[in-house]
Formats: sequence, structure tokens, C-alpha cells
Amino acid sequence: MSVDQATVRRIAHLARIAVRDEEVPHLQEELNAILAFVEELSAVDVSGVEPMTSVIPMKLPLRADVVADQAGADVVTRNAPGAEDHYFTVPKVIE
Amino acid sequence: MTDLTKFTLAEARDAVAGKKVSALELTSAHLAEIEKARGLNAFVAETPERALDMAKAADARIASGSAGPLEGLPLGVKDLYATEGVHMQACSHILDGFKPAYESTVTSQLWRDGAVMLGKLNMDEFAMGSSNETSFYGPVASPWLPAGWDESKGREALKGDKKGLLVPGGSSGGSAAAVAAHLCLGATATDTGGSIRQPAAFTGTVGIKPTYGRCSRWGVAAFASSLDQAGPIARTVRDCAIMLRSMAGYDAKDSTSVNTPVPDYEASVGRSIKGKRIGIPKEYRIEGMPAEIEKLWMQGVEWLRAAGAEIVDISLPHTRTALPAYYIVAPAEASSNLARYDGVRYGLRVPGKDINGMYENTRAEGFGREVRRRIMIGTYVLSAGYYDAYYVRAQKIRTLIKRDFELAYADGIDAILTPATPSAAFGIGEKGSADPVEMYLNDVFTVTVNMAGLPGLAVPGGLSSQGLPLGLQLIGRPFDEETLFSVAEVIEQAAGRTTLPKAWW
Repeated sequence: MSVDQATVRRIAHLARIAVRDEEVPHLQEELNAILAFVEELSAVDVSGVEPMTSVIPMKLPLRADVVADQAGADVVTRNAPGAEDHYFTVPKVIE
Repeated sequence: MTDLTKFTLAEARDAVAGKKVSALELTSAHLAEIEKARGLNAFVAETPERALDMAKAADARIASGSAGPLEGLPLGVKDLYATEGVHMQACSHILDGFKPAYESTVTSQLWRDGAVMLGKLNMDEFAMGSSNETSFYGPVASPWLPAGWDESKGREALKGDKKGLLVPGGSSGGSAAAVAAHLCLGATATDTGGSIRQPAAFTGTVGIKPTYGRCSRWGVAAFASSLDQAGPIARTVRDCAIMLRSMAGYDAKDSTSVNTPVPDYEASVGRSIKGKRIGIPKEYRIEGMPAEIEKLWMQGVEWLRAAGAEIVDISLPHTRTALPAYYIVAPAEASSNLARYDGVRYGLRVPGKDINGMYENTRAEGFGREVRRRIMIGTYVLSAGYYDAYYVRAQKIRTLIKRDFELAYADGIDAILTPATPSAAFGIGEKGSADPVEMYLNDVFTVTVNMAGLPGLAVPGGLSSQGLPLGLQLIGRPFDEETLFSVAEVIEQAAGRTTLPKAWW
């Protein structure tokens, strides 16, 4: 399988990565090189094989439903590029 | 006075515990070396004040008789680990200025046991790379000079773009280079497809990726969560064993960490391997493998046979599928994990015409080329219509890869010996610029181990015809790191400790 330029643009948008027009042909080439590399997997017989879900067999533990590690809003918003009154700020999303 | 940076970690530990050297002297000696070695670009953030404070506190604990097992030992920390209040960028532009408000579990255990933090180490951006060249902070130069180079040629290249100097491997390139250059006694590293073992092999150091679940991943920036494991790089097998004991252990904050006791790994160093059954997998004899790699491997076989091990030819038929399957599973998980870097909660923000524009511009500018490429591949293989053909198929193949190992171990194999890398270190700027897959092939021997969740260790086996280090890899049963340390010690004794380069930088 290989991707065309429209697909490259669609994937970039799904991944929320801006791409310039001049980048598209090169990206297409690189992605197709990787897809060609993984192509040999389609020849492997996987009938009756379960997909791996956990590499070490273990039961997912459940923790007690209690409050823990309360860092506080000061600490949580400290690294934000935009924060006001303990809220993260973003460009306007509702008119 | 003897050069305090030439100690192994074990020797330094004994010297500090025996009050022959203070933690402060030991730490100061390393800080001085780091300053002189800035040209290598191994450290991306130095923390000398914190190091000196930690060393003084260590000396106080030694004086009061409450010293921990790593008391006063200066270490480097890969930039992927969260260190409270200290630079942590995963060597990505997108985490600009980020200082976490928390400490990773693994590093907190090192400090609990008395270790001293010297600073943060360079790495491939988000641990995606095999040469340390994808770092936002620029490449790391290996302390090993290319064949035929003299010291002044090396120093000249350090001042420029470093082209022609050797890569230390990656993604834990800063960790491996710093350990090989005697800038720290040991370093934390992480391994998703070979990122501990390949740089260890390239620099003549020892590195172990423990069993998945052995070390907590809490506070380590996630790349591919089902493959990532923390582990040490150090100059000897014993030093790795000492560090791993402190790094390992159950952590309720990582639901995939496993609650089994941590053995005293150091006790397994020097243990006899008589009667151990060592598997030699025929599928690792790949097409185009250099004769010197084959020779190294067979030398390893002879050393283990001479130590009383039984050598058994085995087959791991799905080996060939591991690397392509990895390049589906790892990018898929990365595309999901790296969705969190959106310009809202931390790091870089680049404005856009609306919120989507802000996300897209931030991620386009904040992520480097290799990271963007992997996020896009991951997004594609998880997208509607392709999920079954790529992702589910790769996870089925992973089941087959793991089954190969299970069958070998069920037949009584104790450990498996392979080469660590298909070649010695290559030059900065030499690989992967035209075709990303060229770089990916570095991990052909290591990636199977992550896919199967097993422990894997790289130990120096000798030098190439160009005089560069070559490593052997040992693969173990789940949670049997002890056998790896015993067998690796035999190789280290037989091969002789690698003579690391003298400081030319």
C-alpha cells in the first residue's frame, strides 16, 4: 500500500501537524518508504493468532478510589504557555 | 591524587563508604570533567549546585552512619526522565522551558539510595532515533575518534558541525557518551527498540534493558508505552547490576509495573554459568552481516563454552518480522502518546488563526522531522480502514515473536547470545538522510526483545577492524536479569575491560 498526496494532507490534519505545500512530496516519499518496508508483514500467516494486548501476562490492578497527589492549581498551570486565574487559556473556540 | 573519574561505580562506592574519598570530592571531580567536555554535547543541562548540595548531604549521611547503597555516587539522567524543578525537555523544542513539578519514580529511587544528580543528558527527540542526531539540542559526539583521526582533528570537528565524528548511538546517546567519557559513574537511559543496548555497544559500555514491568515508567515521557523500559548504562556489568537494583521495583503509579521482589543483582555477578544452556538463534545471521560481527559472535560462543555453558543452536523463526512490526506498533503508540503536546498545558505555543491552527502550528514547529514522520505513520496505521490491516496484524505478529522465545525457553534455554548491532558506530550525518529505513536497520537485533518484553543486555565483546567497540547482546527469560549479569560478567572477564578513549575533547 502507498499514500498519495491527498492522503498525506489528510493524515497531517488528523495528527494536527501543519504541512507546507512544498513539504508534501518529500513526506509522501518518506511515508511510502516506511510503508514499503512494513509491506512484508502481509505475507505472514496470522490466522488463528490472537493480537497481543499485554506483553507480560498480568491482571490490570485497580487502585482505591481516593484522592491522592493533589498538586494544586498553581503547580498544574505553572508550565502553561498561557494561564489566567488557574485556568489554561486557548484561542477563542465559541463565538 | 588518583583521578576520581576513572573509578568504576563499584570502586567509587567502596571508596566513599570506606571514607577514602568524600562524596563532595567525587562530585566535584566529575563536574570539572563535564565542564571540559562541553564540546561533546552529552549534557543538555548541568545541575552543579544541586549536585554539590546532594553530595554534601551524602557526606553527612555517611558521617552519621545512615548511608544508602548509592551514597554519594554522581550520575547523569537522560532528559526523558522528569526531575522536579529541573530542565526536562525530552530534547524536543515542543517542551521548551518545561520544568516538571514531580520526580520520576526511577530517579527518586536513585536519590533515595544516596546518588547525586549531575545533570540531564542529551538524547534523540522523544527517544526516536538511533544516533542522537534528532535531538533539538544537536548531535552528541562519541568520545571514540574515527579511525585515522588525531586529537586535533577531533577537536576541530567539535567546534564545527561535528560531521565526520562518530555517533554515540541512540536514543540514549548522551548517556552512553557521558559514561564512556568518564563524565559520570553511570547514567539512566531508556529502551523502546534498542535505545540502551545500541549506544552501549557503540561506546564500549554496558547497558541493560530490564524485563517490561521491572522498572516504573511513571515520570518518564512516554514514547511507545507497551515497549518503553528504563535501565542503566555504566562502564561494567557489576556497575549496571548495582544501579538496576535501585532503579527497579513495583510502583503503584505504573499499572504495568510488576510486583515481584527485586533481587540483589550484584550477587549474580561472578556466579558460575557452568551448565547454563545458551541459545544461538540462526535467524540473527542476517544477509550482508559484516564478517567481523560474525567473528565476534563466534568468539562470544567460545568464551561461554570455555566457562562451562552448553551451546545450543535454536530457531526464532519470526525474527525477520520484528523490525517492520515494530515500525507499526511504536509509531501507533507514539501518535497517541504525543497527542498531549498541543501548546496548551506546557512548552511551546505557536499562534494560529483558530485553536486548530494553533495546535497545527505548534506541533509543526515543536516536533522535529523524525518525530513528525512517526506521528504521521502512527496516525495512518490507526486510521479507519487501515487499523486491521496494519495495527492488528502487527500485534498478532508480536504474539508470534514472543511465542518463538517462549518455545526456546520451554526447551530449557537459559539465555540467548546474539550480536548487539549489525555494525560499529557510523559517522555523524552519514545515515538516514535520504531514507529513514536505513537508520531503522540499526535496531534489527535489539527490537525483538522489546516486542517480547524480555530483558536484554549489551556488553563489549571487542573492537572492529577500525578499532571501534562492538557489543554482544544477551537475551534472558522474563525477570531473570540475574542470569544475564552472570553470563555478561563471563564475557567481560574474557574480553577484558574495554580501554576507553583518553580525553581529547
